[in-house]
Amino acid sequence: MARPERSNSSNQKATNAPLQAWAVNHLRTFIGSLGFLSRNALSSFMTIAVIAIALALPAGMYVLVGNLNTVSDGWDNSARISLFLKSGVNTDQARQLADKLEKYSSIAEVKLITSDQALQEFTRSSGFGEALKALGSNPLPNVISLLPVINSQKPGQMQGLLNELKNLPQVELAQLDLQWVKRLYTMLEIANRAIWIIASLLGIAVLLVVGNTIRLDIQNRREEIEVTKLIGATNAFIRRPFLYTGFWYGLGGGILAWILTSLAIMMMDDDVSRLSSLYNSSFQLAGLGFSATLNMIFGSCLLGLGGSWLAVSRHLHEIEPS
Amino acid sequence: MIRFDNVSKRYPGGHEALSGLSFHLPRGKLAYLTGHSGAGKSTLLKLVALIERPSRGNIILDGVNLANVGNRKVPYIRRNIGVIFQNHHLLYDRPVFDNVALPLVIAGYTHREIGKRVRAALDQVGLLNKERAEPITLSGGEQQRVGIARAIVHKPPLLLADEPTGNLDPELSLEIMQLFARFNQVGVTVLIASHDLALIEQMGAPMISLKQGMLVRDGVKETIHGQA
Repeated sequence: MARPERSNSSNQKATNAPLQAWAVNHLRTFIGSLGFLSRNALSSFMTIAVIAIALALPAGMYVLVGNLNTVSDGWDNSARISLFLKSGVNTDQARQLADKLEKYSSIAEVKLITSDQALQEFTRSSGFGEALKALGSNPLPNVISLLPVINSQKPGQMQGLLNELKNLPQVELAQLDLQWVKRLYTMLEIANRAIWIIASLLGIAVLLVVGNTIRLDIQNRREEIEVTKLIGATNAFIRRPFLYTGFWYGLGGGILAWILTSLAIMMMDDDVSRLSSLYNSSFQLAGLGFSATLNMIFGSCLLGLGGSWLAVSRHLHEIEPS
Repeated sequence: MIRFDNVSKRYPGGHEALSGLSFHLPRGKLAYLTGHSGAGKSTLLKLVALIERPSRGNIILDGVNLANVGNRKVPYIRRNIGVIFQNHHLLYDRPVFDNVALPLVIAGYTHREIGKRVRAALDQVGLLNKERAEPITLSGGEQQRVGIARAIVHKPPLLLADEPTGNLDPELSLEIMQLFARFNQVGVTVLIASHDLALIEQMGAPMISLKQGMLVRDGVKETIHGQA
């Protein structure tokens, strides 16, 4: 049997290279914590899936609202004012008014839709042709559609023009088509805020899920923690595997959330293109985007780390060898 | 190596486990700590390993007053002590090798270095062929020897053993005690708590005897004075 030998120099070998020891320990824990997760594959996956679903929900809403924003982006530039003329105004008078309006500096484009044109268009597109014929006379008014010059610096200008047009004697009704766009924007703003509120709440949920999972891990490994403390493990050493585990939960959850969101977009993409082709638009559903994906995964890692930190700082010091 | 200076330990609830204990175990010595259960043997070892703190008095370990060791420094003190328990305290979710390697992993040794040292330690306790075995498949004596290998793998200058032969038959107990004696021969200071007086007498090393938390006999002092 080999003789045990006592030497101080060999003890110092480890302590002389604290940086190396630190790096070795980190690398070992980095891999070791992955091994721990793979040994408990099912429960690890369930934790990761919970995180992923919690993150995919706001991410999906974010994508949806983002797409609505791009769809509606061009609309305020095409805000048109429709002037419905009084029924007593005939086509010639309407044409004169259109010529007059064309000289306004605040109006970029004027288009007259006579009642006859409107009727033809309506008959063709609505399918109510027969019913309209039965009416005998044309119920539709002459309409002047105009494109105002948009000056975003002076939002009041549009309202002024609208009032001026309203007061023209030939005009029955002046309608700014922008109103509903404004409403949509307001709704999108509300939706955006709602997403952040939901995302914050679900973020806290992720924090708690990871924290609770790590807390159970700590309890299950109580004896191991006691023994390692007894043979000289520092708190940092004991904390490390749990922090790494939390980090892996976060990373896995973030990546899975991205996959879920992408899958959902892919599943909707066909329907959306069919819908947009009905509107003669070539609109394509946009995904989460590179930076948003990166942010989500990074945030998820932070939440995982934060959750495990919470658990570790609360429960680890309770375990002391006795 | 270990010096107790008028040390008392009172547990919450009023039970006084040690009262006014003073003794000195010089470097390189082996001594047995004896006494009935409840005499304070385990408490004494816990105070040395910084598992408990004394209520009064000073403990000097290797020139360091343990009263001045903050909680953050405790792990580094413990790394210089090999502790052996009656119930082994092995981790049953990993093979023998990983159990023995634990102190080296904590100290951040490289993979290669760990392999070398773990095999050397297992060789010293005669379990070289068991490194891949699961601890649960080993006999009580073998498990105890795995615990000893773990305590000596990082070559600490001090070994503490709390009833290391408590669950073993006489023959195995003798083997374990002889193992400790061999470590002592190469300079390791060893303190073994045991109530097996017959075995201790057979080994012929000095005894520190406790009774109800007080020193009744300091064999180490006697031997030093006897030599002087």
